[in-house]
Amino acid sequence: MLDLLAAKEPGPVYLTVERVTKKFGTFAALHEVSLTIGEGEFVSFLGPSGCGKTTLLRAIAGLDPATTGRITQAGRDITALPPSERDFGIVFQSYALFPNLTVTENIGYGLRGPDWPRDKARARVAELIATVGLEEHAKKYPSQLSGGQQQRVALARALANRPGLLLLDEPLSALDAIVRQRLRTEIRAVQKALGVTTIMVTHDQEEALSISDRIVVMSQGRIEQIGTPEEVYRTPASAFVASFVGRAGSFEATVEPEGMLRAGNMSIGSDAVASLTPGAAARAFIRPEDVKLGAEAEAYPGAFMAIVGGIEFLGPFCRVHLLVEGVTLEADVPSEKMRALHLDSTARVLVAVPANRVMAYPHV
Amino acid sequence: MALPALAVRPRAGTDQRLMQGALLLAAAFLAVFLALPLGWLLVRAFQDADGAFVGLANFAAYVTTPSLAVSAWNSLWVASLTTALVVPLAFCFAYALTRSRIPGKPVFRAVMLLPVLAPSLLPALALIYLFGNQGMLRDLLLGHSIYGPIGIVIAQVFYCFPHAALILSVALAGADGRLYEAAAALKAGRGRMFTTITLPSATYGLVSASVVVFTLVVTDFGIPKVIGGQFPVLATEVYKQVVGQQNFNMGAVVGIVLLLPAIAAFMLERWAQGRQAGVLSGRSVPYEPKPRLARDLPLLLLCLGVAAALLAVVGTAAWGSFIRFWPYNLAFTWANYDFGRFDSAGWDSLLLSARFAGLTALCGTAIVFLVAYVLERGVKTGALPPLVRFAATMPLAVPGLVLGLSYILFFNEPSNPLGFLYGTLAILVLNSLVHFYTVCHLTAVTAIRQLDPEFESASASLKVPVWITFWRVTLPICLPAILEIFVYLFVNAMTTVSAVIFLYGPDTKPASIAVVHMDEAGQSSAAAAMACTILAVNVALKLVHVGMGGAIDRWTQGWRRR
Repeated sequence: MLDLLAAKEPGPVYLTVERVTKKFGTFAALHEVSLTIGEGEFVSFLGPSGCGKTTLLRAIAGLDPATTGRITQAGRDITALPPSERDFGIVFQSYALFPNLTVTENIGYGLRGPDWPRDKARARVAELIATVGLEEHAKKYPSQLSGGQQQRVALARALANRPGLLLLDEPLSALDAIVRQRLRTEIRAVQKALGVTTIMVTHDQEEALSISDRIVVMSQGRIEQIGTPEEVYRTPASAFVASFVGRAGSFEATVEPEGMLRAGNMSIGSDAVASLTPGAAARAFIRPEDVKLGAEAEAYPGAFMAIVGGIEFLGPFCRVHLLVEGVTLEADVPSEKMRALHLDSTARVLVAVPANRVMAYPHV
Repeated sequence: MALPALAVRPRAGTDQRLMQGALLLAAAFLAVFLALPLGWLLVRAFQDADGAFVGLANFAAYVTTPSLAVSAWNSLWVASLTTALVVPLAFCFAYALTRSRIPGKPVFRAVMLLPVLAPSLLPALALIYLFGNQGMLRDLLLGHSIYGPIGIVIAQVFYCFPHAALILSVALAGADGRLYEAAAALKAGRGRMFTTITLPSATYGLVSASVVVFTLVVTDFGIPKVIGGQFPVLATEVYKQVVGQQNFNMGAVVGIVLLLPAIAAFMLERWAQGRQAGVLSGRSVPYEPKPRLARDLPLLLLCLGVAAALLAVVGTAAWGSFIRFWPYNLAFTWANYDFGRFDSAGWDSLLLSARFAGLTALCGTAIVFLVAYVLERGVKTGALPPLVRFAATMPLAVPGLVLGLSYILFFNEPSNPLGFLYGTLAILVLNSLVHFYTVCHLTAVTAIRQLDPEFESASASLKVPVWITFWRVTLPICLPAILEIFVYLFVNAMTTVSAVIFLYGPDTKPASIAVVHMDEAGQSSAAAAMACTILAVNVALKLVHVGMGGAIDRWTQGWRRR
């Protein structure tokens, strides 16, 4: 358990963001945001739309400079620099591929000047085209490519002059689900192979959980939590993170002494209560996979009876909707275990939740 | 962590400084060549001939001068009548082009544009051939004279028709087929579909077309000059005051009066535009009309009639220009094209016009496109961008005659350091460029807005200067729009009369002005001949444009093919 939660040893600090605020007129899109990113790390900014994640990315890129605060990259203060004097490559949500240039021309677009003599640039483009597997499409225009191929061109173009920092602004949101899953593993593989420090903005929590070293969860211009995917999923720092990352049934409850939560007539043990004041109102979250049913529940103290409100068949598992004393819970049960349970709608079933899996936060 | 929250002062990159500089230049250009002259016009209206402030005395004199008040009334009703005639006709024509299955649509479209390529005087000259004192069909007027309101209205109908038809065919072109299917599924009849779907979606087009026609008529100088006879209108009155009587202050007053309907029309259009909801969404299905004889046959007959009338007018002028002595000796002759006999400048005025139009198109296209680009893609904060944006749309509300008048007042002012421009080709070019600015600006903005807004960001992240991306990406993609702007400016500079009538010098008399002068001198055949050469140059350019279109598309737009 412990080594699952432990953060991977991060590299030396590469990027620091110190108390960055961004205002558009009187509207503050970012409030005093601070974070550090280690060299070679893959960090995702995760949050609902309008939470400030893209604003933070654009402040780091210099496309919309911060109003106050400080950003340093590789020891250099870049807060006020124009984008052209910073060291990053970026993939935009729209890709912003130049439609009148071929794949080769797009990828080689930034390879100019004394650092890139013609032969060297040509070799680099060929190398990149091979890396992203577009050899057959080198002469095509972007409109002749599929969405996934366009995305690869954008990635290759962003990496062309070996930037120290790769910024991905919702890079997969324009693609369909299957392509998206394949490409996110590809992006991660390329990133690991090159060791380039990467920031990805996304609103898709599954995407963030699957490929990030660390996740920065944001809401309303503030950072809610920074942590590894396991930390963010298992020990959410706030009610917002608990509800936004992963699936969780939630209910309002009152904090009782001795580690108990009461909702209506139901009492349930929760380790998280230790940090809350007895008598205070709280919001509790329980992930469906943590709910034990039937024989399995008997092993836990404080098991209680619930009525089955409905069952959804979701392939590898079933989602059982449970009604307990006016509170609704969800339980995910592997399909083969379902058969042993003999459940149907309106059946009564024994339910238990391990106390260390009941998340509780002060009610606001 | 007691870091003080110091405000970040973003350092502008080379790109941004360049854009900012270009924006400043644009602002300076529009200030000197649009805002200041118009401001000076306003000032002069409140001064006497010696430059002393006289308050509203000039306006009082204007209202009490019967001839001037009459001319305002005349302009108003002639413009209203023309609008009432042109807009329904143009609507039917545009409807036929967009919502029917009549054959020969491209031909009708081409014929429709013919009057745009000719000076406004051409239809007036043709009418004189047909219905004038020696006209072949003058008996059809039942004793009325073509010289006066009748002639003005008919000539204006011809001149304004393509402008209205163009706007309306654009308005009618974008129809959502699903709306009609839904209406049919709800058992709506054709009349109901027309009044509940077609008309509402074309409302803005109708308002816009009416506004354009009304403004064109009120501010056109050529037609009333040639065929107006003793019938005074505002446009000819301002010319009389300034050129005839050298009364610049009264000219300024009439100029401001001329500005009023144009500004009112401009506001009306803005208002209508604001009320027009987006008709087409990304998921619209284009409307495909099905053949229906009861609709297509009358529309075809109408189109044939309109096309015949347009061709007849242009044809009459062309025919008349080859006639020895209308209508008594109909023998063919080239003599009317020997312009040297009628006007000392001779063919040189056509060469000058071509140079003038070429320069206007060349400089204008460059300036318009760069300014639009900087406005769309440069820094958007600060007071300057909205000011420049507003200034760029202002010329649409300023009649050419008023702009020309304000130029003569402003640049002829002895204390103006830019006075050396007066009487040069440069002032003609600058004036026309500003006069036709807005339509070009909107074309450029539309084209630039179709590009991904992140192109500049992407190129900055790749450390490629913005001008390289402008050259390699923006320009090639926008080339069709750029050519469009070029041709528009050239054609308009070739045909314009009202803007340059105050500004040409002895060595810089354009062909369109020569037409006016030859007509004034009673040499209407030579005037028709000159008008026809202008038309020929414009038609030739348009043909080159269309012909080149294919090659340019293959060259720069190959990426559009899937």
